[in-house]
Amino acid sequence: MAGKVVAMSKKKASRGGSQRFSGNGAAAATTKWVGQPIRRKEENRLVSGKGIFVDDEKMPGMLHIRFVRSSYAHAKITRIDVSKAEKFPGVVCTLTGAEIKRQVQPFIEIGPGGAQKIADYPLAADKVVFQGEPVAAVVAETRLAAEDAAELVEVDYRPLPPVVTAEDALKDESILHPAMGTNQKTFKQAAHVVRIGRLHFHRFSSTPLECNVILATWDPRSGDIEYHCNNTFPSFASQFLAPALGVRIDQIHMKSFDIGGGFGIKITSYPYMAVCALASRKAGGRAVKWVETRIEHMQASAHGNERTFLDTRVALDKTGVILAIDSKHVDDCGAFPRYEPLGCVIWAQVLPATYRVKNVRIDMHQVVTNKCPVGPNRGYSRMQHLWFMERVIDICGQALGIPADEMRRRNYIRKNEMPYKTPNGCVYDSGDYASMLAMAKKLVGWDEWKKKQAAARKEGRWIGLGIGSTLDSGTNNFGQARIINPDAPFSGQSKVGIVKLDIYGEVVVSMGSVPQGQGHETTAAQVVADALNITPALVNVRPGFDTAHNAYTGHTGTYASQFAVTGLTAIHGAAMKLRKELSRLAAWKLQAKEQDLEFGVGGQGPEVRVKGRQKAINYWALANLVNVNNAGMPESLWDITLNCRHVFHANFQIPDVKRKYGNLTLTYAAQVHAAVVEVDRETFQPKILTYACVDDCGKAVNPLIVEGQVHGAAAHGIGAALLEDCAYDADGNLLTATFSDYTPITAMNIPDLMYGHMESPSPFTLNGAKGMGEGGAAPVHTICAALQDALYPSGVIIDDSHNTGDSLFRAVQKAESGGYAGMVRVEHRRASR
Amino acid sequence: MPDVKKILVRVRVNGAPREAEVEPRTLLVEFLREHLNLTGTHIGCDTSYCGACTVIVNGRTVKACTLFAPMADGAEITTVEGLAKDGQLHPVQEAFAECHGLQCGYCTPGLLLSTLQLLKKYPRPTDSQIRKGIAGNTCRCTGYQNIFKSIRMAASEMEKH
Repeated sequence: MAGKVVAMSKKKASRGGSQRFSGNGAAAATTKWVGQPIRRKEENRLVSGKGIFVDDEKMPGMLHIRFVRSSYAHAKITRIDVSKAEKFPGVVCTLTGAEIKRQVQPFIEIGPGGAQKIADYPLAADKVVFQGEPVAAVVAETRLAAEDAAELVEVDYRPLPPVVTAEDALKDESILHPAMGTNQKTFKQAAHVVRIGRLHFHRFSSTPLECNVILATWDPRSGDIEYHCNNTFPSFASQFLAPALGVRIDQIHMKSFDIGGGFGIKITSYPYMAVCALASRKAGGRAVKWVETRIEHMQASAHGNERTFLDTRVALDKTGVILAIDSKHVDDCGAFPRYEPLGCVIWAQVLPATYRVKNVRIDMHQVVTNKCPVGPNRGYSRMQHLWFMERVIDICGQALGIPADEMRRRNYIRKNEMPYKTPNGCVYDSGDYASMLAMAKKLVGWDEWKKKQAAARKEGRWIGLGIGSTLDSGTNNFGQARIINPDAPFSGQSKVGIVKLDIYGEVVVSMGSVPQGQGHETTAAQVVADALNITPALVNVRPGFDTAHNAYTGHTGTYASQFAVTGLTAIHGAAMKLRKELSRLAAWKLQAKEQDLEFGVGGQGPEVRVKGRQKAINYWALANLVNVNNAGMPESLWDITLNCRHVFHANFQIPDVKRKYGNLTLTYAAQVHAAVVEVDRETFQPKILTYACVDDCGKAVNPLIVEGQVHGAAAHGIGAALLEDCAYDADGNLLTATFSDYTPITAMNIPDLMYGHMESPSPFTLNGAKGMGEGGAAPVHTICAALQDALYPSGVIIDDSHNTGDSLFRAVQKAESGGYAGMVRVEHRRASR
Repeated sequence: MPDVKKILVRVRVNGAPREAEVEPRTLLVEFLREHLNLTGTHIGCDTSYCGACTVIVNGRTVKACTLFAPMADGAEITTVEGLAKDGQLHPVQEAFAECHGLQCGYCTPGLLLSTLQLLKKYPRPTDSQIRKGIAGNTCRCTGYQNIFKSIRMAASEMEKH
């Protein structure tokens, strides 16, 4: 099971550091802790059962809410009767869609034009549009009473015809078309044109182990709403909730502590947050708790978005270099667009993927269907596009007889072309994809497997080798929303960090992030320890998010692979401001010049002292001077608060909306995976024989955490490729609504992951770090490529991102009956370059 | 409140006697979390797939969502809260913390108890025994690699003592 680890970083990290002192008063900090694989600060409480997850919290007089949900995908509600439920012992009140509709405004819609007219209420009032959509809620003294009473709510439906595929939805009017660039001329000049039929990226969800949980109190005295919840983008949620509920933003108080995974999905819990607040109000201001069940989560929280790729044409020169791609993509966003219009454009951050192709035209559509609404899910919107690009590379390679590794080598953006501007104006900061591929090939033993594969084929075995190159773009520019809706009033990116000395000199950090396992407390402590030349153990980082810490802007949340850039830069900035204040104070108190001071840890804890002399003042004394003992302090120091706040800004512009052109994101971490997969001749069950992940996220702030994130993203991708699928039947019933049907990946089916690491520092960030963690669904690309390689001689084209023994059996049957004829058509042109 | 006859359930949890009156349909995991306030044991699914609720009942690992609380009457139960002794982490806890065998930590309590049982049965587990030993515990964050590492480390540390 021991995975091989290869590191290409030139600087060998030493563990921890001796007590050195850094000089120059407030000048730049050293990096002693950043880059070290230190044990996380979070671990001890979490291994002791002392994590505080929302469902662990109880409030005096707390009530429980249970939702009544639609069993139909598409139906008219003809009657709702809550009278029996209301009479049930222990029930405090009920809520129905019709009642709520009178009390709230529909949620803001991000999409333009017609999408603005969608009326999205937190409970369905007269029509349901997906199975599991909530239509009523019951609030009771106990969870069991709420569950029992919910069974007594009577709802009559008149079923309507469901729409469950994007193609069916397209028969109506499409919503938007951000087409990018033109390329008709290039196609005329091409040596080869490859036409590819329908490709499909399936629905899945990273399904965090903790479901959505909300504890809401709408205080009738103050009118304030307090949420303990695990929503991972609280600023976004409050901007949706405040207008819907008719309160000011400052009246919404949100806090989280520990969160049991998120992966993007928990951003979309705001409709339930609205209902819980309304329920609390109706119950006279008592706290109301909602703990989502797994079935509710699968049916009605959010899925990752599903995309269909149609009418693809690829122009290549005679060496297999791609000149142009033209394709039509249809995003199926489920019943409500909600957050998803952003997904319609976020893929454009990685328009050419890892390739030099200059001409790309994607005719992008989004449709609504009678399925669970989609939301951000690890690799959000980019992974679908990257999968498409990898399929294009492999299908073209096979059509032209160019091996997969060679096809990539010829098309990759080169290291010396970085920073690289994409055809739509994004800037890839750094990266060396060819070296990553070389490392991944070495890890899996590519060349030896090629020989084994040839021998195995003679024995009739189906063994395939696959590569997945992918990008994890991080620190998004919200200005990209303007491309879908020019009136969307947001752009840029920001994050807040606060570092202060408390009254007894404690170093306390408040983060403007909502961690869900990414180790933010640890990496924040590493950054602050370096800034003040102390140890991470001396840095107290407040876990979780709390509005009351005031460490937020409207962009605050944890999403889009960015904390290492946005959150840590904000915290670093705050720590450096604190360092400057401490330096000024100490210079006055020690009667020294700031440039003669040094920071470090002395016999009485963290201190500032005069270089080469026995004069020092510790943090307790410095905090004492400002907070409780400030008589006699010169007026020139009165601005010192020792409570320093810093806001991260990225140098983004608003994109050119007409040309759909502009820099949409700041950093580009990359992953190149390689795998060998065998498809069993008897069972058609695919089995991974060997697997390697190579990542490059610039400077790794904590290599232990980075490797853990790479493993996690790989597991999600492998699970998605081979096991996990939100499958619907033709009536819009979700067939995989429990874990027993959805089968999240376990220890029994995860392969050993070999890990390789490279560092191409970003020129655009503090310390050269890049955001990472989403992983770009590299395994989905890799496994599809390997399956394609294994079954290509049998005539199979892998056209779906989800493949099981069952689907591969059908694929081979389809190939045998000529079902893939015309799926890939190649035109060779003589008079070309 | 519905007129349901409640049942007194008496157990020993982490060495201490505990009791509460509950509705017969109360699951053991709900009993631990809601009635005994032992919130270290978690709920991740409704179908006994994920193992976040794994505890040790009378020397066997049990998914606490598969037992009604009254079925555990008289039982000896170990939960994550009972692993550390005198403020010292158990070697299994220490190994998970040291090997970064967790991220969000939601599945961790269940995994720690499954590991404890695994190592009791196989003090020097093979890779395949490790995989089977935690087959009933779903982790969505780590991709299991560092969990395997943690279990191997715990085994070698426990052998030393």
